[in-house]
Amino acid sequence: MSEAAVAIRGLRHTYPGTRPVEVLDGVDLEAAPGAFVSLVGPSGCGKSTLLQVLAGLLAPDAGEALIEGRSTIGEPGLAAYMPQKDLLLPWRKAIGNAVLGAEIAGEPKAEARRHALDLFERFGLAGFEESWPSQLSGGMRQRLALLRTFLVPRHVLLLDEPFGALDAITRREMHQWLQEVWASDARTVLFVTHDVEEALILSDVAYVMTPRPARMAARFEVNYPRPRRPEIVTDPKFVADKARLLAALDGTSPE
Amino acid sequence: MAVEVPSLPRTLPAWGLLRRTGAAALEYAPALVLLVALVGLWELMVQVLDTRPYILPAPSAIWDVFAEKGHLFPAHIRTTAVEAIAGIGAAAAGGVILAVLIASIPIVRRVLYPIAVTSQTIPMIVLAPLLVVWLGLGIEPKVTVVGLVCFFPIVVSTVDGLASADREMVALVRSMGASRLEVLRHVLIPSAVPSFFAGLKIAAAYAVIGAIFGEWVGAQSGLGIFIIRSRSAYQTDQIFAAIVVVALLSIALFVAVHLLARVASPWKYANDQGENGS
Repeated sequence: MSEAAVAIRGLRHTYPGTRPVEVLDGVDLEAAPGAFVSLVGPSGCGKSTLLQVLAGLLAPDAGEALIEGRSTIGEPGLAAYMPQKDLLLPWRKAIGNAVLGAEIAGEPKAEARRHALDLFERFGLAGFEESWPSQLSGGMRQRLALLRTFLVPRHVLLLDEPFGALDAITRREMHQWLQEVWASDARTVLFVTHDVEEALILSDVAYVMTPRPARMAARFEVNYPRPRRPEIVTDPKFVADKARLLAALDGTSPE
Repeated sequence: MAVEVPSLPRTLPAWGLLRRTGAAALEYAPALVLLVALVGLWELMVQVLDTRPYILPAPSAIWDVFAEKGHLFPAHIRTTAVEAIAGIGAAAAGGVILAVLIASIPIVRRVLYPIAVTSQTIPMIVLAPLLVVWLGLGIEPKVTVVGLVCFFPIVVSTVDGLASADREMVALVRSMGASRLEVLRHVLIPSAVPSFFAGLKIAAAYAVIGAIFGEWVGAQSGLGIFIIRSRSAYQTDQIFAAIVVVALLSIALFVAVHLLARVASPWKYANDQGENGS
């Protein structure tokens, strides 16, 4: 049988403190191998917390989080994780940042480097291999962070609002480009965003989360043929789906 | 803002170097003018008041020391420089190891930090003679004094640097399955490099004085013992000449550390060099 690439069951978490913050209130999610799954929710609803649990960085109060059948609780390194900020290491050149995850995963350095150099072109970074992160523009830094994530030898990618900090034009280019890269790669992607359009353009499945404490409000299958062009946003079916997703996000939908 | 404009060189490297040198000269010009004026005033006062040379020699008399007895200095400079560099090197090695232990093991922090602070309260003037009793008249007690003076600023700055590492970067590297040692190597230690060098600069300013102090109690050669001998012979002009040499040696050490810092953290200077970015 084909086991789910990502499975989350009954996940609950409260950040302790003088004013405890309950972020996750029984969240369930499943992603099939090779699927592009988006997680849409209002800001501060616990999407990032969910990814941190899957990245093995945060032990939840209750529930299960599995990557390819293995629990991620107290077990980092099962998935390739990309936080919201690019977090490039300033003391490594672009190429050094790109291979960081591969290096830690134990890939031989020379091989990791060769592999990364092949991908610089594809990630729109050709010619910047030996630049310091501080010399790159915002879009390039983001793509480099994404390249670093892609080069982590894991089957599941956890992307936390990777394009959140980019302007609309750059973001649209990134959508096209991410689809291409993903199509050639066949890995599972869990993609966190608060942008409904972005979720529809990219995903096979979109989950909508409620405001904090988060639960799953709805699950949408997105079946437009691929590749999806930027013009898809004006397609009547897309517009209707967008309305449904927004309604679920606003909590006006009974489902 | 995120338009794909690569950071292009703004000017040619050679022009940039010229401009930077010019800017530096302009920056230090007022200090230089003041220094020259003070030395001139000193010369004038000594000439006018006819001060006896063993009380206060004129700058010209100090200059004469270099002209006539300059050959005396190189051996002493070498001794003191070796002591200072060996001491600061030992302090840097020991300081970094101690800082890593303090930053990564809480019990070590609780046990060693107070002891490290206490060690700084022991007056060197008391310790130096004891070190001679314990370690003899060779280079060892001098290096020890320099090491003790230098290690504290290095430890404190490096511990701060290690603690100030970006927690999110640490989390990212941990998410890749990194061990504690790999987190230390890839994130904590590189984060601490600038702080370490800040501490090392302070240490560099103390190192030569520390070596002189070590020689004070007894030595065969070195600028410290040269000063003591000159004092016994009432050759005040030689003392002043030695002070000039000590100052220059300290400045040279400080500049060397500064350059070392640049070499060790090239990413910090990548953008103001007007090169690269192709």
